[in-house]
Amino acid sequence: MVANGELAVNIEDLGFHYPSNDGVVFSGLNLKVRKGERFGLFGPNGAGKTTLLSLMTGLLSADSGTITLLGNDVRKKNNDVNKLIGFVPQDFSYYQELSPVENLEFFGAWSGLTKQQIKTRTDELLHILGLENVRNKQVDKFSGGMKRRVNLAIGVIHNPAILILDEPTVGVDVQTRHAIINYLMELNKNGTTLIYTSHQLSEAEGLCEEVALIDVGKIITQDSLTNLLKEHRQDSLEDLFLSLTGKEYRNDV
Amino acid sequence: MFKLWATIKKDCRVLIRDGIGLSLMFIMPIVLVVVVTDIQNSTFQLINKNKMAILVCSRDTGESGKQLIDAINKIGLFKVYNLPKNQDVKTIADSMKDKDALLSVTIPEDFTRKVKAKAKSVSNKAMVSFGLQADSVQKYTGDVSPLTLYYNPVIQEQLRLSVKGGLQSALQIVESRETLRTLYFAINEKPLPEKLESEMLSNKAAINEIPVSKNGSLRAPNAAQHNVPAWTIFAMFFVIMSLGGSVVREKVSGSFVRLKTLPTNFAVGLLSKQITYVAVTVVQAIVIFALGIWGFPLMGLPGLNIPLDVFGLLVVTIICGWCAVSYAICVGVFAESHQQSNGFGAISIVILAAIGGLMVPSFAMDTSLKTIANFSPMHWCLQAYYGLFLEGGKLTDVMQYLIPLVLITLVLQLITFLGLKRKNLI
Repeated sequence: MVANGELAVNIEDLGFHYPSNDGVVFSGLNLKVRKGERFGLFGPNGAGKTTLLSLMTGLLSADSGTITLLGNDVRKKNNDVNKLIGFVPQDFSYYQELSPVENLEFFGAWSGLTKQQIKTRTDELLHILGLENVRNKQVDKFSGGMKRRVNLAIGVIHNPAILILDEPTVGVDVQTRHAIINYLMELNKNGTTLIYTSHQLSEAEGLCEEVALIDVGKIITQDSLTNLLKEHRQDSLEDLFLSLTGKEYRNDV
Repeated sequence: MFKLWATIKKDCRVLIRDGIGLSLMFIMPIVLVVVVTDIQNSTFQLINKNKMAILVCSRDTGESGKQLIDAINKIGLFKVYNLPKNQDVKTIADSMKDKDALLSVTIPEDFTRKVKAKAKSVSNKAMVSFGLQADSVQKYTGDVSPLTLYYNPVIQEQLRLSVKGGLQSALQIVESRETLRTLYFAINEKPLPEKLESEMLSNKAAINEIPVSKNGSLRAPNAAQHNVPAWTIFAMFFVIMSLGGSVVREKVSGSFVRLKTLPTNFAVGLLSKQITYVAVTVVQAIVIFALGIWGFPLMGLPGLNIPLDVFGLLVVTIICGWCAVSYAICVGVFAESHQQSNGFGAISIVILAAIGGLMVPSFAMDTSLKTIANFSPMHWCLQAYYGLFLEGGKLTDVMQYLIPLVLITLVLQLITFLGLKRKNLI
């Protein structure tokens, strides 16, 4: 369990329901993520992972409770909070008609960077993520893996202190997954807090230090991966996941 | 400012790469304006220059029948082809097909007899009225037997009515001539001298046609003056095919969601879209106006005359474009898919154009439709353009149309804002 150290994310007594009343409802949810940690949030479909990430990023507003990012209240929705976070959604949330450079130029400007900073970061990111040779090609011609890398590059262009990733490696080949995970580890070494969700649990085992399992809107357990496996006498995160959330199908409508 | 500039650059790049949207915004309206102007111009030429073919089947062998054919010829509207007297309806229809004539008129067998009988009756009544002795005051029974006009159903009602008017005036001449002759003979017991008859029947006062314009210009508006502004407005509203779709794509792809997590106000995004696409609508107007001014004469169509108040024209164009862009963004925000945006966008624009008077002039609408027209932004756009193009007005003269247009635009912006809020996109 999280005890000491500066908190990157602090969620206290969170309450939330969708206006239509058919979404996941959080009631009194608490979650803490330490600064500089690689944190994994896992759960079956419909457990509330994406909703929780949306609340952290300010895309949704909580009914009650507080969410703070490095001490800043998310509900204030000011630019200071937005500058702290980088968000890599599951969808390719950018302009397919544009090239990687053009996308980074636009999202870089919206992230508050200057023209020069954008240029420097663009060159750096395209090099790291292996997109240099397609920097001026339209993204809609790219493979799924290349699109994922562009998605990641946009999320990190402004060097966010907290990077929130919603299934960043879904549908990619082994090489791309490897490259993305390595880059995330590199970012973390440089101080970026990672908050990560995925259904690729074997991948998560290698990436995450701290893990929380969420189901039906409740955090059912949270600790370091090692402690959790030991405590529940399981060999892998997948076994732990199934033992705590069951084997029934989850239909997320 | 850098954020706004970067966003405008992004919007321009997205637009330039949307080939279908661009062609719908530029090529489609250009084709429409050329085709519609050509059709209207052809109708004008058909009536005024080329003359319509008309088949005349006179079953009457008398003098009045011949006079009527002569009078129809002199109207100047028709090219007359005479048919043999014993034609039935089917043969007449076949002849119309053969001679490519849309009209045919049949003169009844007793036409001369009836015209003369009516003239005699009127003449006798006049003699009694003058206090002179008439032969006998015959009571005239029945009108002159009607002519029968056969027409191809493709002829529009307006054109048919003008043909009918022309034939009635020819009939009037024949009947008046016979009445004059009979009356003259009854008084003078000798025939009406040809010269006097000609003077009495010859056309009277001419009708001068002067367009009423605010700048005192006497230039008669042509088909281009009517069509170019109307279809320019249509083109402007067709930005919905690109802009509406672009807004939907941004929503569906999650770009809007991502932008919401970034430290920039979403108003920058909306402002950029409006600046970019209003500029597009201005370019559309420039292209279509240029086509009207320089391209139309090369195609044998009447050229477009640009209003004297060019600044006023620019302001009207920008406000019309702003309204069109606001409508497109509004539809894009509420549409759930690209197909929905394009489908609803295209259909709604055609409906707004129809009720706004772009397809049927609003003066020809009934009262209830005229009231509905006020709710179409295109109606106000058209009135403002016509105020400049047709009435020779200045910006101040068309302010009465721009104010409602701006109000509609602001309402659209408000609806867009509320829609974005409701969908949690801003």
